[in-house]
Amino acid sequence: MTTTTAPAAGAVAPRQHAPVRRPSLLRLTAVELRKLVDTRAGRWLLITIGLITAVIVTLQLIYARDAEQTFVNFFTPSLLPIGVLLPVLGILSITSEWSQRTALTTYALVPRRERVVVAKLIAVVLTSLASVLASLAVAAAGTLVASATGGAGTWQIDASLILNAVILQVTGVLMGAAFGLLLLNPPLAIVGYLLLPTLWGVLGEVVRPLRGPSEWLDTSKTMEPLFSSDAVTGEQWGRMAVSLLVWMVLPLAAGLVRTLRREVS
Amino acid sequence: MITVQNLTKRYGPHPAVDDVSFQCEPGTVTGFLGPNGAGKSTTMRMICGLTAPTAGRATVSGHAYRELPNPGREVGVLLDASAQHAGRTGREALTLSAYTMGLDRREVAAKLDLVGLNAVAAKRRVRAYSLGMRQRLGLAQALLGDPRVLILDEPANGLDPEGIFWMRGLLRDFADRGGTVLLSSHLLREVEAVADRLVVIGGGRIVAQGNKDELLAGGGTLVRARDGAALRRALDAAGLTAADSPDGLLVQADAEAVGQAAADAGVALAELRPADGGGLEQLFLTLTAGESTKEAVR
Repeated sequence: MTTTTAPAAGAVAPRQHAPVRRPSLLRLTAVELRKLVDTRAGRWLLITIGLITAVIVTLQLIYARDAEQTFVNFFTPSLLPIGVLLPVLGILSITSEWSQRTALTTYALVPRRERVVVAKLIAVVLTSLASVLASLAVAAAGTLVASATGGAGTWQIDASLILNAVILQVTGVLMGAAFGLLLLNPPLAIVGYLLLPTLWGVLGEVVRPLRGPSEWLDTSKTMEPLFSSDAVTGEQWGRMAVSLLVWMVLPLAAGLVRTLRREVS
Repeated sequence: MITVQNLTKRYGPHPAVDDVSFQCEPGTVTGFLGPNGAGKSTTMRMICGLTAPTAGRATVSGHAYRELPNPGREVGVLLDASAQHAGRTGREALTLSAYTMGLDRREVAAKLDLVGLNAVAAKRRVRAYSLGMRQRLGLAQALLGDPRVLILDEPANGLDPEGIFWMRGLLRDFADRGGTVLLSSHLLREVEAVADRLVVIGGGRIVAQGNKDELLAGGGTLVRARDGAALRRALDAAGLTAADSPDGLLVQADAEAVGQAAADAGVALAELRPADGGGLEQLFLTLTAGESTKEAVR
């Protein structure tokens, strides 16, 4: 036990202070960004993401044919593992408030819960944007090494590919956050996020009548065009939008309602 | 200033809090007493906007909690000391709150110091904290924004006797400087020592409230004489009701009236004192014992 101290005179005096302003959304977002990295779980998740990206590029430098050691080929493969792990960060950002019961403090300090939720969403979106920058940086490093060691080292990349990467990561992390908001329980949300769309994909393959709808609802299928360097067609955008409406927008809306109404204890 | 008006919370048909009204004035410590499950925590959560009431309303400093622009600067809240992220250090937990409220970083060190968490403890993860240390951290968090109102749910839980004594002094000091304190407890002694006013809740309803001294005066007088039968006759003659107790007779009157009655009848007293018998404890037990007593009190 720690030593006790007598309360210093005046130290707990209720002060009359100038009218206080409510914390800005910018401030709340900064707090949420800090929460992402100030626990071991969050920090290691981010470190893991960085390591995986670096390992993928290193493996390519060793094993890929020289002609294939291009900026695009270093960049694209890193998107998939990050795309799986980042949403977990989004889920934890939302659900750990409930599992660790910090919601009691968070929502006592900011009783307008929707502002906290918006700040969390902004924080995870910023993180996913940063992840694309990290992918680009690692790919650039790989390309530099490749050109020094006899690989192709081609720098050419379509701007649309970067845009697609941004869409992929941002929607992924928002989908994770949406599942977190809806289920409010870390294991349930993570399993739900990873399993439900996959399960849906399997069902779409096996059950013939579902094959049609699954073309529009299975995110692993609708998001696939984002990985290719071909331009995404209008219909492909449409399918993407429909699948995101079901897996991202609806859970976000329902989850927000649930979070706002839930009793914090 | 905390005002609670007809606050009610039902879970299904079961009322957890039933038409609760009370007020906490600046400069006072209000003890919120009741056995476990009486509705203390639910009431406090409703005051803090964390649980939506079924009916009624509560205001802090004249505003509904949700309308307070920066609540941490107005109300310090400690509802559950265990509700901290186990993986954060004590200092980090406070830093997040300080940043949310827009406070200077130095406030964190100052409040850690105030509650007696030293630099080593502040750097440890909350997982490694004892309940007493968590209470101190929670208290530091509540005091962080220099609020004018404190709402504390069972803050003495897990504190050692020295810590309880320290906290008592802290709360008294806070109230004496014009602060408003609402503190719940089932540790009656703790509340008796620090509160000016008491609100006693049982089964979701308020069964008694008022100044501590007034409520405790209802405890009666304990009187004992060598000749118990004569004493009882004397009291009967004076129209005073006396009940048997292990220590003598318990009379619902003040010591002066009892002493006069005995003197009038020429009965020599062996003992005459206000019945403490756990004072508040007895009141508390009586008030919350059962439905019938509750009705009798109301």
